[in-house]
Amino acid sequence: MDIDKEVNNEPRRPAGASPIEFRLDPSSGVPTYLQLVHQVEHALRLGYLKPGDQLPKVRDVVAALAINPNTVLKGYKELETKGLAAGRPGQGTFVQAALSQVALPELGALRKSLLGWLADADTAGLDEDGVVALFTSVLRDFDKGRGGQAGRGVASGETEGVA
Amino acid sequence: MNVIESRGLGKRYHSTWALRECTVAIPAGHVAALVGPNGAGKTTLLNLATGLAAPSAGGVTVLGGRPAGSPAALDGIAFVAQDMPMYKNLSARDMLHLTRNLNRRFDQQYAETRLGELGIPLKRKAGKLSGGQQAQLALTLALARRPRLLVLDEPMAMLDPIARHDFMASVMTAMVEGKGEGEEGGVSVVLSSHVLAELERVADYLILMSRGRVQVAGEVDDLLASHRMLTGPAAEADRYAERLSVVHARRGEAQAHLLVRGTADDPVAPGWEAHPVGLEELALAYLREPAAAALPGPDRARRGNASQPEVSR
Repeated sequence: MDIDKEVNNEPRRPAGASPIEFRLDPSSGVPTYLQLVHQVEHALRLGYLKPGDQLPKVRDVVAALAINPNTVLKGYKELETKGLAAGRPGQGTFVQAALSQVALPELGALRKSLLGWLADADTAGLDEDGVVALFTSVLRDFDKGRGGQAGRGVASGETEGVA
Repeated sequence: MNVIESRGLGKRYHSTWALRECTVAIPAGHVAALVGPNGAGKTTLLNLATGLAAPSAGGVTVLGGRPAGSPAALDGIAFVAQDMPMYKNLSARDMLHLTRNLNRRFDQQYAETRLGELGIPLKRKAGKLSGGQQAQLALTLALARRPRLLVLDEPMAMLDPIARHDFMASVMTAMVEGKGEGEEGGVSVVLSSHVLAELERVADYLILMSRGRVQVAGEVDDLLASHRMLTGPAAEADRYAERLSVVHARRGEAQAHLLVRGTADDPVAPGWEAHPVGLEELALAYLREPAAAALPGPDRARRGNASQPEVSR
């Protein structure tokens, strides 16, 4: 069937279509509805989506990705809760607001300091997986609002081996 | 409304219980996955719910209290059996004709339109269609009956990856189409599989079965939110596990993984990391600990650590 083919080539946009298409990363471990939310936020940040744009119709998402319609609805509800999207009865869900972005100069500075940190990590002998593990671990601790035990993540390069 | 509700349901073949003490309530509006190893009782439960078999103990109703197998129940259920049985020498058109005449309700136009969209020629004999097309034909016959409950027994066992994707996309689309704007009128889906991975994106309700019993039942989101994986030093695992509700533990020389019941807000001991669990990880953990159970209702929810998993060497 041609469901997947349609996803890739869309130069023209018929009325009612969305500027974006969703994709899924089954190995990411991120719940499907959150992947949809993140992709909308990402598209907002990068300017692929603007206020007033329509999000993909539930039916189209379901047909393209073969996922549960409740999952799509949950993602869209989450976007509504965040004030980023709003449903219009009988039409679909539309982008409501732009995402507050970090000003570009700041972004440049942050990027620069991160590059400096990566160079330090490289010098210290940390490989890419180690960097990711460390960063993820620190980010998690940071989210929890307590800093300790940050270095432990480095040791757990092994991912869950249940199969 | 519950699409399938059973109480103390059991089925015995000679001296063997294929299903016993099965009490489930599957709410409407979900894609419910019946998961378990071969011989767990999945097909038996589905056969009892669709009225294809009579229970040896207990009872089962469908679609809000209609006795399984009654005309009222059969009108609302469409069932696609494991091997997608079809008269191989009948054309797709003849299969539509047959199904229309065997049922009180059949949407001929929907069926023809759908087969047209799928590129399945009406003249072609069912036996000459590809595996994916046969599955789609069987699904079309089921959906054209406009069921409230669609029951699929191992629907994807014989399909290649693309056919699986397309088949599932068709089922999910049918859920949306039946729904319209309001909440009512949608198709609920109950499907069985021994391959959980292929259901992970689809199912939002899980019934885990093993050895003829229901081991875990609940909304997937609730189940995932109430379990997590703790990773930390193996030397502390025993002591830590005593304070937790451990479903399953795995440990190496230095590092241990404990799959525990608990939410993301629960505190974690220093030196331990908490990770969210996936559906497959969760299911495997329970299947490896047959004594552990997670069932709804305070009277039946046993604590996972009652079984004392193999934390101690």
